Amino acid sequence: MNHKQGSKGVSRRGFMLGAGASIGSLLLGVSVAWPVRARVAQPQSTPLNTFLRIDPDNTITLMMNHSEFGNGAYTSLTMMVAEELDAQWDDIKLEAAPTSPEYYSPIFGEYLTAGSITTAGAWIQLRTAGAQARAMFIEAAARDWQAAPGELITRDSSVVWPAGQREARYGELLATIIENDIQPPTEVALKAAADFKILGRARLRQEGRSKVDGSAVFGIDVKLPDMLYGSVARCPVYGGKVARYDDTAALAIAGVVKTKQISAGVAVLAKDYWTAKKGRDALVIEWDEGPNAALSSEGFYQEYRALADQPGMLAEDIGDAKATIAGSDRQLEAVYEMPYLAHATMEPMNATAQVTEDGCEVWVGTQYQSNDQEIVAKLLGLPQEKVVINRTLMGGTFGRRASKTADFTVDAVEAARGEGVPVQVIWSREEDIRGAHYRPLFVHKLRACLDKQGMPLAWHQTAVGQSIMQHTKHDPAYMVSGMDIYSIDGCLQEPFGVFPYGTHYTIPHHRIETHNAPKVGVRPHEWRAVAHTHTGIAYECFLDELAHAGGIDPLALRIRLSKNHPRMQNLLKLLKQKSDWDTPLGENRARGVAARVYSVSPIAQAVEISLHGDGKFSVDRVVCVVDCGFAVNPLNIEAQIQGGIALGLNAVTSGNIDLQAGRVVQSNFHDYTPLRIAQMPKIEVHIIDSDQPPTGVGEQATTPIAPAVANAIFSATGQRIRSFPLAKHGFTLV
Amino acid sequence: MITLTVNGESRTVDADDSTPLLWILRDHLNLTGTKYGCGMSLCGACTVHLDGQPVRACALPLSTVAGKSITTIEGIGGEQLNPVQTAWLAHDVAQCGYCQSGQIMAASALLQKNANPSDAEIDAAMSGIVCRCGSYQRIREAIHAAAQDMALAGGEL
Repeated sequence: MNHKQGSKGVSRRGFMLGAGASIGSLLLGVSVAWPVRARVAQPQSTPLNTFLRIDPDNTITLMMNHSEFGNGAYTSLTMMVAEELDAQWDDIKLEAAPTSPEYYSPIFGEYLTAGSITTAGAWIQLRTAGAQARAMFIEAAARDWQAAPGELITRDSSVVWPAGQREARYGELLATIIENDIQPPTEVALKAAADFKILGRARLRQEGRSKVDGSAVFGIDVKLPDMLYGSVARCPVYGGKVARYDDTAALAIAGVVKTKQISAGVAVLAKDYWTAKKGRDALVIEWDEGPNAALSSEGFYQEYRALADQPGMLAEDIGDAKATIAGSDRQLEAVYEMPYLAHATMEPMNATAQVTEDGCEVWVGTQYQSNDQEIVAKLLGLPQEKVVINRTLMGGTFGRRASKTADFTVDAVEAARGEGVPVQVIWSREEDIRGAHYRPLFVHKLRACLDKQGMPLAWHQTAVGQSIMQHTKHDPAYMVSGMDIYSIDGCLQEPFGVFPYGTHYTIPHHRIETHNAPKVGVRPHEWRAVAHTHTGIAYECFLDELAHAGGIDPLALRIRLSKNHPRMQNLLKLLKQKSDWDTPLGENRARGVAARVYSVSPIAQAVEISLHGDGKFSVDRVVCVVDCGFAVNPLNIEAQIQGGIALGLNAVTSGNIDLQAGRVVQSNFHDYTPLRIAQMPKIEVHIIDSDQPPTGVGEQATTPIAPAVANAIFSATGQRIRSFPLAKHGFTLV
Repeated sequence: MITLTVNGESRTVDADDSTPLLWILRDHLNLTGTKYGCGMSLCGACTVHLDGQPVRACALPLSTVAGKSITTIEGIGGEQLNPVQTAWLAHDVAQCGYCQSGQIMAASALLQKNANPSDAEIDAAMSGIVCRCGSYQRIREAIHAAAQDMALAGGEL
């Protein structure tokens, strides 16, 4: 590997060493929700309940229990520790924490980085870890110097006694801590925000250097001795199986080692990836396509439209929306349709596995390593702790690398089973696009009516699509009376189930129904911002329809409807000002607006578009206002918002996975077209100054951009787009 | 056996001569900074310099690069980063970082030809390199900053 000295991030060497602390290190117990156990006197002990380790050379190792995929977790979480520990930034090194329960997300109770809750979940836990360690160093120095702890201060990874003119690096105090069995205090005071020196200030990415010199190790970059590469031929129809195959031509290729059938299809193993892929392409396979071979997106749309006309399961019923609408002479009705979307991360799915008689080791870029471990253990009949997951950096995910089936990890494990050497299975881009974990196709039927002033009086929405959570292990948390409340997040006005927030609007009569469409054809999966990617479009575009029908400015309407949600109302007022909302634009130009609450954080965007003839349009400017509580790292928040807007804009303009005869039509970046640099709007980000605890910001920006652009298209053209992407109607983003 | 020059060193490779340069770099020469993204010259994650020109390594068979000089992300900076890498770091361009080797190689090639590119020239030169994280706004900013730094340093990349 070309891992340069001084570059940071979790190096392959670092994670290959595993979880054991080196001799002479000190493990500092940290506990927030569980009792502290004595382990300080045993520096060689396993790092249970432990986030920090200090070596005599003053290296501070943070056991990083969240994944880094561009989200900035490695930086934000390190900032929390550095702040409370008064550590020098460069003294802190990261090591991917092993897959054991003490490292599970305090919110999910699983080893999972998702849902835009990493920062919120770590906020108390990791600051406490830092503060506890700091207290231990103060206690040690006080003993060494016979000083009153209150006279000691900490800075730059050192304890300083100004009155006694003494100073010691943290690493120098390690012996005193061990000799005196100094324990982490059960209670520590955390700093007040006014005293922050690191938190709340722009901080460059912790692993940034490795990402500009080529040394960052993603899953696809793992190299192990004697490793073979695998390429898998998969049935073009999701769920299809191999009937029989002929590998004569594949085995004739120099460098091909063997072929083998695995659950996903036929794997070809070779000395390098290109040879494996050539071998795979030379296979002659007869498939049993199974029950999905006749399915199509168009068929789903027809089926879901019919379902949307039927009464669904009742998720919310405030007032009497049905009767109010029926009795109104100002009724509106619309159907919104959203296609399947692929994640298309830049790094295609891949994993590396080595299977021995009594264990398995996996190297993989994953958001969800406790699930990977559980699934691999079951597959191999091993105790869970015999499966070691070594987490790498990952080249994007947008949710894909939190697979509930651990599909790409299972490929590698099955390919490696019985081989005695590690095997790395890499998906081609085509396999990745056709990989069948998709943002589910959804149809929303909406009905509403206005009062005499033109304000929305009643709202009745029926959502139809495949449930992400039904029949998974998350079923108990997310399925309420048969409804997948995850799939309708962003529709309900009131908090419901595990979702502590509703929409920010107050409409007097509000009724939401839902149908769980049959789970066939593809695997419905989280895609950055999950349900909001479709509920956001349906809700915010139809609300725009109501604004125009009622003769009320769309932003003014949203401000008025947010009367019971002060955070959002403030945000929208700021948006009005920052976006120059009331300043007219020239000919062929228009604005659109949308606002959402996702994972507690309110966010709103106003866009300016220009028409350039023949359906060509540009998004010239996006003004985004967000209230994500205390802004831990404003530089990263800005990046997350830029990135969320880019992904959402790309999806709304051209994102479409089309199923025909059970097969995905799209295959690579020529027909599943990513956003390119010239299409990138100028984005202005305004973060509300807040002393509230931090809340999510990783997925929030993906959602408003889509309805905001569609609403701007309406303003500019009078054409109301209700089925997506915009490209379906001849619109091209330039 | 085919010999080529990679990052200034002569390397001899024993592989089928139809193998794309990308996989020669990654699997045979252990230079994993150059990334696989699409295999069809559609995303630019595999951009390297061939005799100074930016090319897509995923679409260049080994046979066509015999005797040629290749520069990868590992070869442009070293311990001292080059001005493009420095600007990338200072502007915190990378998110997931996977595409950034290709972005930096394309930007370096652009600045060698055009010391002070406009936004439109940047868009034209960088349009082949996809970033799904949406770091494009910072890419533009970093290229302008690198151009300024290079001007101050007398045009040296």
